[in-house]
Amino acid sequence: MAGDIILTTKGLTKHYGGVHALEDADFEIRSGEHVAIVGDNGAGKSTFVRQITGVEQPTAGEIFFDGKTRHFANPLDARKVGIETVFQNLALADDLDVPANIFLGREEVYFNLGPFSFMNEKKMLAMAEEGLKRTAIKIPNLHNTIGNMSGGQRQCVAISRTVTFASKLIIMDEPTAALGVQETTQVENIIRTLKKQGIPLILISHNLRQVLNLVDKIIVFRRGRIVGALDAKKTDGNEIVSLITGLDTGVHENASYI
Amino acid sequence: MLFGVAALFEILGWLLIGQSFLFNVKRLPIIILQVSIIGIIAVGVTQVIITSGIDLSSGSVAAMSAMVAASFAQASGGFLMYFDGIADLPVIIPVAMGIIVGCGAGWLNGAITAYTGVPPFIPTLGMLVAARGVAVLYNDGRPIIGLTDSYKFLGSGIVPVIIFIGVALIFHILLTRTVYGRRTYAIGSNEEAARISGININAHKVLVYTIAGGLAGLAGVVMSARATMAQSGMGFMYELDAIAAAVIGGTSLFGGRGRISGTVIGVLILGVITSGFTFLRVDFYYQEIAKGFIILAAVIADQYRHKRTSGGGA
Amino acid sequence: MMDMIKNMTARPLPKDTGIFLVLIGVAIIFEILGWLTQGQTFIFNAQRLFIIILQMAIIGIMAIGVTQIIIMAGIDLSGGSIIGIAGLVAASLAQTSDNVNAVYPAFTDLPVIIPVLAGLGVAMGLGWFNGAVIAITRIPPFIATLAMLVIARGLSRWYTSGKQVSFFVDDFGFFGSGATPIWIFLGVAVLSHILLTRTTYGRRTYAIGSNEQAARMAGINVGRHKMLVYALAGLLYGIAAIIQTSRAETAQSGTGLMWELDAIAAVVIGGTSLMGGVGRITGTIIGVLILGIITSGFTFLGIGVYFINIVKGIIIVAAVVADQYRHRSKRKA
Repeated sequence: MAGDIILTTKGLTKHYGGVHALEDADFEIRSGEHVAIVGDNGAGKSTFVRQITGVEQPTAGEIFFDGKTRHFANPLDARKVGIETVFQNLALADDLDVPANIFLGREEVYFNLGPFSFMNEKKMLAMAEEGLKRTAIKIPNLHNTIGNMSGGQRQCVAISRTVTFASKLIIMDEPTAALGVQETTQVENIIRTLKKQGIPLILISHNLRQVLNLVDKIIVFRRGRIVGALDAKKTDGNEIVSLITGLDTGVHENASYI
Repeated sequence: MLFGVAALFEILGWLLIGQSFLFNVKRLPIIILQVSIIGIIAVGVTQVIITSGIDLSSGSVAAMSAMVAASFAQASGGFLMYFDGIADLPVIIPVAMGIIVGCGAGWLNGAITAYTGVPPFIPTLGMLVAARGVAVLYNDGRPIIGLTDSYKFLGSGIVPVIIFIGVALIFHILLTRTVYGRRTYAIGSNEEAARISGININAHKVLVYTIAGGLAGLAGVVMSARATMAQSGMGFMYELDAIAAAVIGGTSLFGGRGRISGTVIGVLILGVITSGFTFLRVDFYYQEIAKGFIILAAVIADQYRHKRTSGGGA
Repeated sequence: MMDMIKNMTARPLPKDTGIFLVLIGVAIIFEILGWLTQGQTFIFNAQRLFIIILQMAIIGIMAIGVTQIIIMAGIDLSGGSIIGIAGLVAASLAQTSDNVNAVYPAFTDLPVIIPVLAGLGVAMGLGWFNGAVIAITRIPPFIATLAMLVIARGLSRWYTSGKQVSFFVDDFGFFGSGATPIWIFLGVAVLSHILLTRTTYGRRTYAIGSNEQAARMAGINVGRHKMLVYALAGLLYGIAAIIQTSRAETAQSGTGLMWELDAIAAVVIGGTSLMGGVGRITGTIIGVLILGIITSGFTFLGIGVYFINIVKGIIIVAAVVADQYRHRSKRKA
């Protein structure tokens, strides 16, 4: 199943002043693979994601993506080479409709007139529909503004934005944290669809049940370091919790993680 | 900062004109006298800004209050009486009228800001236009003259300075020692937190804007007393000087931070600069341009202070 | 028959329907008041209508610039002051040589393109400066443009030391003559409408106003776009300044005083939200017409001109409060 390595980090380190948020992280993901990143609050998960998506620049270490060393100055750089991120705070413009949000910042135009380029709305609509179809997302009226949609629908739009651009790697930061049960199931189904299509995914989640059900590999962060890489089929909640907390006796049914 | 500006003008004074700028018994009192009216307004504006609000209407409200106050302050025997048969009233009545009109305008500002949630610059901008309109309408654009001696006394000599110092002291104490002050800072610093801790945000905002309006009204009274008449164009753009003084004095437009003492120094800095320009015979037209840049610079400095203290942002 | 009605109700009404009905309502009120108090028609007077539209053309051009700024969740209080200085600069380069008091005696009888470009250039430059200060320092736009209000007014007092500038070359008279201002207004409106609805410029403007953080994360260069929008608004103020100067046949430092408030009023009446992300040029045009009818109606009914300012202040606040409630109910839904 697992193919070529798509993303590797070597010794990735991030210090904020005296705070060592991320230390020496070696990570890899292969094409078609779904990897989850878990850890306690402040363990370094989000810091790690911010480095590989260009939101921040690492203090030390290297990022290899698609066979080349990469230095992302901003999120756009990462996106240009095919890393698409669904951010925790969604990053959608409430007053715009679905296609406008999906294509925000990279509108299809008829011919380039700088900022005054005329947009090809038909093409954007068709591509948006195509992206939604591929993730089996159903949104009744694409011309509704995002502000009028439910949290689940908004999350679906955010995800379909990444899929529409046929990216080489999708990163989701807590995609279901703010969603209800039904909506969470919907998003999980989308993730399964992505798996079938062989699109690699890094999933940051607090929900261990979700992680165990959805991904191939689980990476555990603790105090800024990677402390474990587990095969999702050969592990269970207890093992993960003990790695997250650093206690060997983490065998209690820790409700907040399971 | 105040000393720096003063020293700068002192040096420029000796270099360009060959005389002292500051150590001039006539000039110093004039500077303080000139800034007293702006100062009274600025004390109110400071409190509004501490709640992270803004008041753009002060100059217009001062003019409107001045017109109303003056209409109750006319001496008998004048030939342009506003109210026939009402003359030589005790001075407390026009003063009270001026302050009440100011409070009313301020209350409206506060009520709209607090209860509708629109950004405060909008209702106060509306008030800027409307109050100026009332000031003009009040006497069909004509000035009101022939004021009583006891009213004119309020603007004579160093009386305005004493009023300014009194107002500054009272509100310094209110802001630093009382529940009123604590709530004002709390709202500006974190409105949601203040709400959760049970402070009646809306009522308090209305109170702060009302006080600011009342102080603008008082400034209008002093202004008309000093000019010995009231006219509708008075106090034009004073709100900008007041805001500039507050921000120069360290009050943050983001709210939650500021001191009356800082505003007093800010008012003096503005006064020294204005007077210094005149002293150095800088064209009056440059002064306005410079004032715009001073406001800009003060706000930008505030922005960077704010960014630094709030941890730079992720 | 029932089907037809169903079809009619099923089709969504154009977004500006509500505000258009307000326009009709305001016109009807003044029409009735006209018959009651003066015994004559207010609206059905071709000459009066023409004058209303002509008067509002200049405010309208400004308001189109302000609309785009407010859609971007900004504000611009400096429009009137920028018109003041831009008008003076254009006027000073448009003078004839038989004027002994020319501002620049060496530069008279210039081809008309030079004063026009100079006026537009100054206005656009000051607009760009607004945008640059807002984008780079991130201070609240109303403060930055309030400072520009003072600075630009100071510039226009300084420029000719308060003296007015008149006696222009004949060609300069063209911009304010006859119905030219109306045509320019319409041209500007159509062009801006197309820019806002069909181009990436418009999409970015709405996106920044709707969620600046999202726009930034989507890779939009938010700072540069803000400078562009404020500069374009400046350019429109320049156009308004040239029309005004040409029409008045004189320029003075006080021209445009408080016009920014009329423009903002027209924009918010027209349904553009101060919260950003929502607004249309068509709405602004209707807003401008409503304002024009009210102003002209007051004069027609012989109500003191001072009263208009009070009403304007109230209208601005009422329109913004209404918008606030629209916004709130939308968020709750």
